[in-house]
Amino acid sequence: MQRTTIDLWVGFFVIMGIAALMILSLKVGNLNVYNPSHSYIITGNFENIGGLKVRAPVKSAGVVVGRVTDIQFSTQTYDAMVTMSMDGRFLFPKDTFASILTSGLLGEQYIGLAAGGDETMLKDGDKIMKTNSAMVLEELIGRFLFDKAAEKDSLD
Amino acid sequence: MLKRIVSGRIVSGIQSIGHRVIESTWRLGYASRFFILVLLKSGTSLRRFNLVVRELYFTGVLSLIIIVVSGLFVGMVLGLQGYETLQKYGSESAVGTLVALSLVRELGPVVAALLFASRAGSAITAEIGLMKATEQLAAMGMMAVDPVARVVAPRFWAGVISMPFLAAIFSVMGVFGGYLVTVIFIGVDEGSYWSQMQSAVDFRFDILNGFIKSCFFGVAVTAIAVFEGYDAPPTAEGVSGATTRTVVTSSLVILGLDFILTAFMFRGVS
Amino acid sequence: MSMTPETLVEVHDLNFSYDRRPILKGVHMTMQRGQVVAIMGGSGSGKTTLLRLISGAIKPTSGYVRFAGEVVHELNRDALFKLRRKMGMLFQFGALFTDLSVFDNVAFQMREHTNLPESMIRDLVLMKLHAVGLRGAHHLMPNALSGGMARRVALARSIALDPMLIMYDEPFTGLDPISLSVIGNLIRRLSDALGMTSIVVTHDVQESLKIVDYVYFIADGVIAAQGTPQEVRQSVAPFVHQFVHGEEDGPVPFHYPAQSYSRDLDLEDSIA
Repeated sequence: MQRTTIDLWVGFFVIMGIAALMILSLKVGNLNVYNPSHSYIITGNFENIGGLKVRAPVKSAGVVVGRVTDIQFSTQTYDAMVTMSMDGRFLFPKDTFASILTSGLLGEQYIGLAAGGDETMLKDGDKIMKTNSAMVLEELIGRFLFDKAAEKDSLD
Repeated sequence: MLKRIVSGRIVSGIQSIGHRVIESTWRLGYASRFFILVLLKSGTSLRRFNLVVRELYFTGVLSLIIIVVSGLFVGMVLGLQGYETLQKYGSESAVGTLVALSLVRELGPVVAALLFASRAGSAITAEIGLMKATEQLAAMGMMAVDPVARVVAPRFWAGVISMPFLAAIFSVMGVFGGYLVTVIFIGVDEGSYWSQMQSAVDFRFDILNGFIKSCFFGVAVTAIAVFEGYDAPPTAEGVSGATTRTVVTSSLVILGLDFILTAFMFRGVS
Repeated sequence: MSMTPETLVEVHDLNFSYDRRPILKGVHMTMQRGQVVAIMGGSGSGKTTLLRLISGAIKPTSGYVRFAGEVVHELNRDALFKLRRKMGMLFQFGALFTDLSVFDNVAFQMREHTNLPESMIRDLVLMKLHAVGLRGAHHLMPNALSGGMARRVALARSIALDPMLIMYDEPFTGLDPISLSVIGNLIRRLSDALGMTSIVVTHDVQESLKIVDYVYFIADGVIAAQGTPQEVRQSVAPFVHQFVHGEEDGPVPFHYPAQSYSRDLDLEDSIA
């Protein structure tokens, strides 16, 4: 076979391979939404994280704005310290409220951010002060039963 | 008397185990030495890159058809099966996630590598083995041209370069096949197919790791293929045996390596 | 043995063992420039091993081969590869590169070892192919050639860089009578025209006696006989006589060594 024909086919093959890698990164992996090179790190302490896992999304108004990168147990405060890597395009006020939510009734858990009204914004390395723990089903049921019992007592 | 026969059998059994272990260890060491030799003599193929380009045609371009068609079908089957199972729980919109994650993490690199081993790996072994059997390699040595640098190294690098591309093409075709079946034929919402996929597939953990896997597989398959070819007994049976060994050994190595790599990559993720 | 300036290859007390089994035992040979030398012997007598030793593919157990003034097995890899550019070798079935055309096969060494411009390579290749009568076949692929043609192309390839020595490993095997005499005549003609020394390893007695200057017979790793073709034809030495005339029995026995035939068939017991 001619050199030029081989060159043509190999060129075609390489372009196809690179295109496939690009499609995987951009269309399947959605690389453009979350670019770790322009990100900043914030932390938050939660009393109970429930089933939150590393790589869980951080969402605000339903839009992914970052990801959980690390979960540690703190022996000083006896709670969970969650590290989040945030998309650099989105800045949040200092008094932003972070809570652990569940998508659907039994879906995976994520961190939801509700922006506050502070003038200063969270910077790299800052800590979110206002947090709300995960809802644990057993506690919910327990509290419900306790309330019912208390209601009954007060009626008597 | 019986006791002596039985104990004799046991001794000879243990001996044959020992013999096999020594033999295979020796062969592994020999193969590793050959692998290092190939790396050391890669200068020529990198300086004269058209040697590699020529082999890219035979390993990469000629594997395209089987990779594209298999990828498409694997994706279509994944879509169909995933839909059947997921719709029982009312979450058929997650079918995109299922197809993409299965392909990008596991099936893309692994199945593409298995197909690559049987299509390109066996061809490399047969070609080098035949060149040895017909004394072409010896003739090259007599002409003061090193056959490892001139014949083996370009084929090795061509295989190493082709494999990640083929795996990526396989995955893309699979995702497209899943899209074809679930969105076009069954009627799952197109938006949720892509968006669920995009929110679940992570660039670093899924796509990059899949890419790294396919690079490892490429090195393993081509190294086995060139070694078996170069080491083949210079006869017709020798070459055909070596070709079979290439496919069997590479398939086992791909699956074993996949387990090890997966264990390392997803160790931190619970 | 003295090294006259005319001597190109000197084999001195060469011993080679494979797995402690001696293949060659104390072989002496000298080959002059421009000489065509035949090495004959039965299958497995160590002829091909001798070629491999001369080309430096294997190292002798003791003794040495001196080629163009240099002891082959003492050279390092680079020097050996440099030396090999002065040698050519024709393999039994040609060993043409099956993925290259006839032209590219002949041009192979020129492209690997020289920086000649492509136009000059083209002229040289066509000259070499013309010398073996296959200039018109330069565009063919090796699988389109007959056995005799493939060997002629291989011959053109091995003289590509005008070597001082060319070794032929069984060049006559499996050829029809016409191709056979074509190859035989080419060996002689090219040696004379280019002043090359040729070593022809063969067991084709009649064809090689027509073209060579000197013959060595190897049997069981030693030189059993040597001489000019004239001397060989008239030789009364039993081995040479058996070999030249192709007799079934003689110093090389028909029967593999065995115990007595009658004992093997259990005849002796029944007689007793």
